[in-house]
Amino acid sequence: MAGTRDDEAGVLAIAERVVAMAAPGEAIEAVVVHERETEVRAYEGEIESLTSAESRGIGVRVVRDGRQGFAYAGTLDADALIEVLGEARDNVEFATPDEHCAVAEPDGVPVADLDLYQSALVDHPTEAKVAMALELERLTRSADPRISGVESAEYGDSVSASAVATTTGIRATSRETGCFLSAYALAEQDGETQTGFGFSLGREPGDLDVATAAAEAAERSTRMLGSVKPASGRIAVVLDPWVSAQFLGIVAGTLNGESVQKGRSLFADRLGDEVASPLLTLVDDPTDPAATSATATDGEGLATRRNVLVSGGRLERFVHNSETARRAGTTSTGSAVRGYSSTPGVGVRAVSILGGDRTPAELVAGIDDGVLVQAVSGLHSGVNPVSGDFSTGAEGLRIRAGELAEPIREFTIASTIQKMLTDLVAIGDDVQWLPMRAAGVTLVIGELTVSGV
Amino acid sequence: MADGNGSSRVPDTGNLETSLLEAGLLAETLSVAMATGGEFAEVFVEDRRSTSAVLDDGRIEELSSGRDRGAGIRVVVGETTGFAHTADLSPAGLRSAAEAASAAARSGGGGVREVTLDGPSGPASAVVEILPADVPKAHKVALLERADNAARSADGAISQVSARYGDSQRRIQLANSEGLLTGDRQIRTLFSVSCVASGDTGLQTGRESVGHTVGFELFDRVDVEDLARRAAGRAITKLEAVPAPSGEMPVVVGPGGGGVLFHEACGHGLEADLVAKSASVFAGRRGEMVATPTVSLIDDGTMTGEWGCFAIDDEGRPAQRNVLIEDGVLTDYMWDRLRARKEGREGSGNGRRQSYRHLPMVRMTNTYLEGGVDDPKEIVAGTDHGVYVAQLGGGQVNTATGDFVFGMTEAYLIEDGRLTAPIREGNLIGNGPEALLAIDAIARDFAMGSPGMCGKDGQGVPVGDGTPTLRVARLTVGGTAA
Repeated sequence: MAGTRDDEAGVLAIAERVVAMAAPGEAIEAVVVHERETEVRAYEGEIESLTSAESRGIGVRVVRDGRQGFAYAGTLDADALIEVLGEARDNVEFATPDEHCAVAEPDGVPVADLDLYQSALVDHPTEAKVAMALELERLTRSADPRISGVESAEYGDSVSASAVATTTGIRATSRETGCFLSAYALAEQDGETQTGFGFSLGREPGDLDVATAAAEAAERSTRMLGSVKPASGRIAVVLDPWVSAQFLGIVAGTLNGESVQKGRSLFADRLGDEVASPLLTLVDDPTDPAATSATATDGEGLATRRNVLVSGGRLERFVHNSETARRAGTTSTGSAVRGYSSTPGVGVRAVSILGGDRTPAELVAGIDDGVLVQAVSGLHSGVNPVSGDFSTGAEGLRIRAGELAEPIREFTIASTIQKMLTDLVAIGDDVQWLPMRAAGVTLVIGELTVSGV
Repeated sequence: MADGNGSSRVPDTGNLETSLLEAGLLAETLSVAMATGGEFAEVFVEDRRSTSAVLDDGRIEELSSGRDRGAGIRVVVGETTGFAHTADLSPAGLRSAAEAASAAARSGGGGVREVTLDGPSGPASAVVEILPADVPKAHKVALLERADNAARSADGAISQVSARYGDSQRRIQLANSEGLLTGDRQIRTLFSVSCVASGDTGLQTGRESVGHTVGFELFDRVDVEDLARRAAGRAITKLEAVPAPSGEMPVVVGPGGGGVLFHEACGHGLEADLVAKSASVFAGRRGEMVATPTVSLIDDGTMTGEWGCFAIDDEGRPAQRNVLIEDGVLTDYMWDRLRARKEGREGSGNGRRQSYRHLPMVRMTNTYLEGGVDDPKEIVAGTDHGVYVAQLGGGQVNTATGDFVFGMTEAYLIEDGRLTAPIREGNLIGNGPEALLAIDAIARDFAMGSPGMCGKDGQGVPVGDGTPTLRVARLTVGGTAA
């Protein structure tokens, strides 16, 4: 069964078997993953679909004379393992030699003991998962008379086990469970339709809150009814946690050793500089078990650790995997990120901002004229993490005299990443982990450009 | 231009692909899937091999080979679809997936139902001149080095270059309880170059990509050095860029790139699954004038060689050309099997999935706006003050409200009918139904755009798009300039 201790041992045994085939002069790293997922979608009182899925995969990296070759397969069949190793070996000779290219070495950093696996999820009967999805759909639909439909109401979970083994002696395994509920509501009034989502997350179904997810979806959609397009101008903007977490992920993405070394980070020469408002302390800590993306070991099998990236507005650190660390003459920060189908990259895993002491309502009350943004779109096309330019679609509410006022939509917010960090004027007390590599918190940006009419 | 590849050039036959699993095993699996009283069952088998090579920071960083194979089995009972997938293609693995799918769609009904498959049928797979698998890896890597050299020598301000080569061979096979047995082999080849330019104003980026549903003969037609120089030029141009304007104004989109606009402004809204859930502003509007009368929008999975084409869709239906908007009138939506069946009509060849691990849903293929009669130069000359977008980035849409955004990765101010300063990157935002009615010029310079990956519900599929130069009388440009 996926995710059990047996399964952790099973994936490790496969990784070790591949590593044991190393030829003299050759270093091997094998990553093996086994995952089982369930997904239930409800629509209009019926189960629209029920998916039960099992995935396995292996990625093998071979390094010889400073050159690496890689191959992966979405199966753990014995013949596939041999084929993958052979392909990875064959790919070695085409790479350019690089003295820093190597698999990771054990670094002695102790691995945190995180309890990311809940057997309650594994034991939870499918019927109960189905019932939860149906209940979510029903509650969302009946939350408000203006809810005209529920585009999707979904329960999803996964149980996974993974292992990394290397010829340098790394042996890392992990197992985890996770589940979520998500509802996407449609609200209608006077021929106008608006949408809103609600969410709940946990390590096992008992953590999930159906009523809150439904109520949030209903609230977010109905409060957009009657929305208008705002006038263009420069104005104070409040980012809600869902929005700030997405921006945070992008900002933290610029603080990685690979981007810095390759001249793709706008913060490359700024280590030790004041790059943000003194209010901002930014931490990447995959060992925080509350983080959705928590993990005790990274993509190379090294222990993850707490890394302070920005402290009181000062840029303190870039994150590294073992290769970028060697190139920078430092040590890995345990920040190798990857799936089994790719070589290790570098990135943050669980980044958050140190919270402030005021509630979101208090922050709004302090703004005379502004905008609360509850959703953004086009982050992938509107943010350039190299130049720092950003401009995204947005929807939310106007703030007038410290009160939330009319809903607004079809506008953009724009600035640069550099300027937004220094324009940060307040941080809420509502830090919360969301289903991404970042936590959200209410942020007030002193000035962004709103483009509307 | 030739890339000096030494492989033999024997066009392969493009036969119907049915060689993954034996018909007997597929029929047996379907019988198991139908045993709990299913109304419909389907086995989708996939075997995908891919190669990618990455050059970055002046080094060939890695060559990567991937292999994915497995089967997805779905069973439909009433409103419910049960789905299970497995990477184990043995009789035992398939049986257990079929049982899981049928249990998920449990209907209470029972009894054994034998499924008999017809002989293999369907259109032949596309003919490929040079199978990428037959090309020595060294030739693939050499393309990257040439692109890197060309980009770096284009201008001294180019400070970083990365280039990527990718090819994939996707063999699929489909069998269903209605007796269908068919398959396809889809071969795609892709090349992209990204450059960073550094100047007094900071860093800027430029990217170019080309991708087609063809083999290595792609490089007979595409000069990777030229592609690299264009990417470099784009980054260099933007070093001089001024902040983009903010607010509503006319927007002219250059040839090729505008397809993204239609993809977002109305393409997704014409997908029958979203329409059926009233999650589209275009629901219930068939037969209505939804766009300027000069607008005719087509989705065509049969466009030979284009990025979003195939012989059969991922439900076994042959690709077809579908007219979505004709002379401004909404003529039809796009359909998958499930939605078409509910409406008692034929599908439209738009049932697609990312892999065997995913359920199919309604997806676009190659979506394009037919060419018009206007002179592209006159469209710009006739625009007093606005923005010209030469290259679009990706986009996103909320189909329920129709609000959409798309990025501009190369754009210029239009002042007094002339292109002037390049502008910094940003998004444009508009509303689909309003934007379609605000198109007031369509030129005759039709071109297909860059290869795209379209994401929906967490699944990515390759899509193509194309447009001639066109003007939207009013869109909101999301810049920072007053």
